[in-house]
Formats: sequence, C-alpha cells, structure tokens
Amino acid sequence: MHEMGIISGVLDAVNASAADAGATRVLSVNLRVGRMTEAIPDALQFAFEALSEGTLSQGAELSLEMVEPSSFCLECGEEFSHDRFHRICPHCGSYETTLLTGRELEIASIEVDIPDE
Amino acid sequence: MHIEMHKPILEKNDALAAELRKRFEENHVYVIDLLASPGSGKTSTILATIDALRDEFNIAVIEGDIASSVDAEKIKAQGIPAVQINTGGACHLESAMLKRAVDVLDLERLDLIIIENVGNLVCPTDFYLGENAKIMILSVPEGDDKPLKYPGVFQVSDAIILNKVDTMPVFDFDRDAFCAAVRDLNPKAPIFPIAATKGDGVEEWATWLAERVRQA
Repeated sequence: MHEMGIISGVLDAVNASAADAGATRVLSVNLRVGRMTEAIPDALQFAFEALSEGTLSQGAELSLEMVEPSSFCLECGEEFSHDRFHRICPHCGSYETTLLTGRELEIASIEVDIPDE
Repeated sequence: MHIEMHKPILEKNDALAAELRKRFEENHVYVIDLLASPGSGKTSTILATIDALRDEFNIAVIEGDIASSVDAEKIKAQGIPAVQINTGGACHLESAMLKRAVDVLDLERLDLIIIENVGNLVCPTDFYLGENAKIMILSVPEGDDKPLKYPGVFQVSDAIILNKVDTMPVFDFDRDAFCAAVRDLNPKAPIFPIAATKGDGVEEWATWLAERVRQA
C-alpha cells in the first residue's frame, strides 16, 4: 500500500506549515484525493492515525474530499464525468480524451491551534 | 486558524523526478518505467528488448526489487550495465531511490534506460520518476480480467505489452475482451502481444520503442 507513503508526505508538509505558523497543534487536515489514484480512504485514515503520533498532528481530524473523474474530448470538446473504467466520449464516441480530474493528491488546507501571545 | 495549502502531496517526489527528467533530456537519454506483476516476465522482456536494440543503442537497466540482485546479474551477464535498487520492503520506486541509481550511470554515453519497477500493479502507478513513458506488461496466465481489477496501471501506461501469448490456448485468455477493456481505459495506448522468451512479436514492440529513443 502506498497510503503510508502518501500520509508521511502529508505529515511532513503539514507539521512544517503548522510549526511555521507558530501553532501548538493541528486540529484538522483537509485532503483532496482523486478516485483514480486508488488510494483507499480507510487506509489513509489508519496511516494518518499511526504516523501522526508524537507530532503536532496527533489527534487531528483527517477529512478527505474524494474527487470524481472527468475528462475532456479532444474531438468534439465535450466535458464529461465518468467512472474509473470508461473514458470514451459519450457524445461522439471518440477515444481521444484527456483526463481533467480524478488523479488529485493534494493538501487543500489545515486548521491549527495558535495560542494567544 | 485556517491555513490554505493547495500543496501536491507528492511534490517532493515530482520535483526530484523533474530534475532527473532534465538530466535525461540534456544527455538525450530515453527512459522507460516498466510496471508489471511478479512473474509476468519483466526481466525476460527486458532481455528480449536488449537483444533487439543493442546494435543501435547503448542501453542500461535499473532493477527495482524488494531484495536480491538476481535480476541485475542476469542483465550484467549480457554485458549491459545494470544497477540494482533494493527498496527493502517498499512496494514501488520513488525518485530519490532512482536518483542514487542514475548517479552511478554514465548518462553521456547512454541512449536508453529501462527501469524495472517493483512487481506490483498498484503502487508504482502514482509515482513519476522522470521517465518518458510508463510501459505495462501483463502476462496471459494472469488473466484477461486484469484491466477491470487494476484500472489505474492500464490508464497511466503509454503502451501495454501482453506477454506469454504462446500460452493463450492453455489459459483460456479472451484476447478480444482484454483488448476491449484496455481500449475503454486507455484508448490511445498500443497493445503489443509478445512471447518474450521465444522472440515472437518483439520486433513490433522494439520498433515502436526505437522510434522514440531516436527522437530523444
């Protein structure tokens, strides 16, 4: 599973940003995850819990926005959403399509606790 | 306090991969990343590809495995430079591992680098290594339903090699169903049916690859 690798990258970036902002702890981490990455929400949650221990992110809530796949047809210009398996243009039947969304792996934002000075 | 990040999670990997890509380009080296299951014939396919292209190109191989150097030894026995990366348990190669292998190769005199990723149809899919193309190998005994089970790897691949086609009668492999499922997932990728250990179909695949290596 590469969920561990993904989450360790997330924690490196999140803990660094939180420390830079002077935060004492991270309250929540918001990720955008494309369905086509095949990253599994449960496995991400488990990895987050396990790897955040002893860091600023310990106890933070991991919220996942799963992004549905969509593509653009290079022949007729149609934009369409689809499942993980079919990318043929539903409008003109063309095979020449480019993926627009569905492979995202992004830290969207975080909420942190900053003590009053 | 709310902090907007909009930060790609694999940014570190991707940035390092982009640096590698730049080095490959400066040295006119074409790089392919081979993705496949354990036992699908990655090493046999590499040996057959070397055989077909070694007269025209200087080739090197980077072998990614969890442990051992058996594959690299097989390649070296053919007089081709091979670097073994042992991931020590990790299920895919990342740019930082690849960089260490690339650093020991003489890029200036190379035309083609073949990276054999760890045998796995899931994890290597999302990791860009600076390669020009990802190539997937599926072998007939694995079954014609694999595009339905592992859509990701079929989608990111620039070409798909169907290996061990000589065993098709034994394994009841439905080639039409396989090709149709691949078309749905990745309409643009060519499919090359081969039998690596016998040499069948290797010429067509090698010709496709050679055209790309010449342009690098």
